[in-house]
Amino acid sequence: MELFQSMWTSMAFDNLYWGNFVMWAIAFIFIYLAIKKGFEPLLLLPIAFGILLVNLPSDIMTPNQGLLWRFYHYGEEWAIIPPLIFLGIGAMTDFGPVIANPKTLLLGAGAQGGVYVTFFGALALGFNIDQAAVIGIIGGADGPTTIFLASKLAPEMMGICAVAAYSYMALVPVILPPVMKLLTTEEQRKIRMKSLRKVSKLEKIFFPIITVIIIILIVPDAAALMGMFCFGNLMRESGVVERLSLTAQNELMNIVTIFLGISVGATMPAEVFLTTKVIGVFALGMVAFACAAACGVGLAHLLNLFLKEKINPLIGAAGVSAVPMAARVVHKVGSEADKKNYLLMHAMGPNVAGVIGTAVAAGMFLSVLK
Amino acid sequence: MANVESPMAGKVWKILVKVGDAIAEDDEVIILEALKMENPVFAPEDGVVKEILVKEGQQVEEGDILVSLE
Repeated sequence: MELFQSMWTSMAFDNLYWGNFVMWAIAFIFIYLAIKKGFEPLLLLPIAFGILLVNLPSDIMTPNQGLLWRFYHYGEEWAIIPPLIFLGIGAMTDFGPVIANPKTLLLGAGAQGGVYVTFFGALALGFNIDQAAVIGIIGGADGPTTIFLASKLAPEMMGICAVAAYSYMALVPVILPPVMKLLTTEEQRKIRMKSLRKVSKLEKIFFPIITVIIIILIVPDAAALMGMFCFGNLMRESGVVERLSLTAQNELMNIVTIFLGISVGATMPAEVFLTTKVIGVFALGMVAFACAAACGVGLAHLLNLFLKEKINPLIGAAGVSAVPMAARVVHKVGSEADKKNYLLMHAMGPNVAGVIGTAVAAGMFLSVLK
Repeated sequence: MANVESPMAGKVWKILVKVGDAIAEDDEVIILEALKMENPVFAPEDGVVKEILVKEGQQVEEGDILVSLE
């Protein structure tokens, strides 16, 4: 009998409570969504598996001991992995559309309005100021930035905010079109934009250098993200270190994504995840996305008051980062109004500018709240 | 006679016409791929395909002539 009891204890069933089983169910749902529905599988699958592991009885997240704790501690708490992902994104990003049409930088900044609307919404709902900042940044639709800011301000919110950000990114094609259609007329959606001018190699090389200098001088706390982002972009555009650029985009990105995904998942044991706050985060995350798109479209309307050459206001919605999905959605909505309207490349401008915008917004939160 | 020009930068994904085909305005002529999206290119007016100036898989820029009509 004693033997049976000690075996039972070592099997550790009694360390579980109902919440853990709920988390198993959530992990299974995420695994299903990743595999069957293709919802951001590169992140959702590792996150889901991390959730499952941390809700099994093990020491996997025990400080100074567990494997995933070490991933988490050195990768996220030390804020190493998100900047490395930015290095890869920088190496993947073609700033041509932004350089050809610098007005799109404004649109990328405008969509960050959603971040601040949500920030104040979260404060009103009773989140503390650090948590509200992290929830707000979900509206930037940028996973690594969300994780980066959470690690600095509110580590307890990291898992849930990352999941909210990635879930809503997968839902960009569902969330954005109604907002965009509500805020534009059929005629405005039909506006065709004149072709983008050719951008020289020299301009593309100077862009990351000038951008990094200006942004870090203004928002020093964005240095980690923007430094890596611009470095990655310079590697790409320089044309002389293709091996490094490709490694940053592919192998390095994939490696850190594995460590990031599984350890972010492991920040969600049942006792942390299953609180009423989670509902608030998901509700606010949705508001954040919708507001960001609305702010971008609104700013495009505003610019059109002053521009002779009108821009199609739809491209403002691409200011929520989610590259390149948001740009694709803009293109689709535009071509529904006029099948010969090709907005894709025009929407890439605000889209990549949105990545910079979100990193700057995160840096601003850090400089005020840190 | 008008030509079919590329409305955007992208890669020629599928060519839907042959030399000698009669096509009508707004027919799909070529499908371009950009950012993993398929984008149909439409004929600007009625005509007969005179020459196809691109190959499938070829990268094209905005304004490049894809197909000439007569």
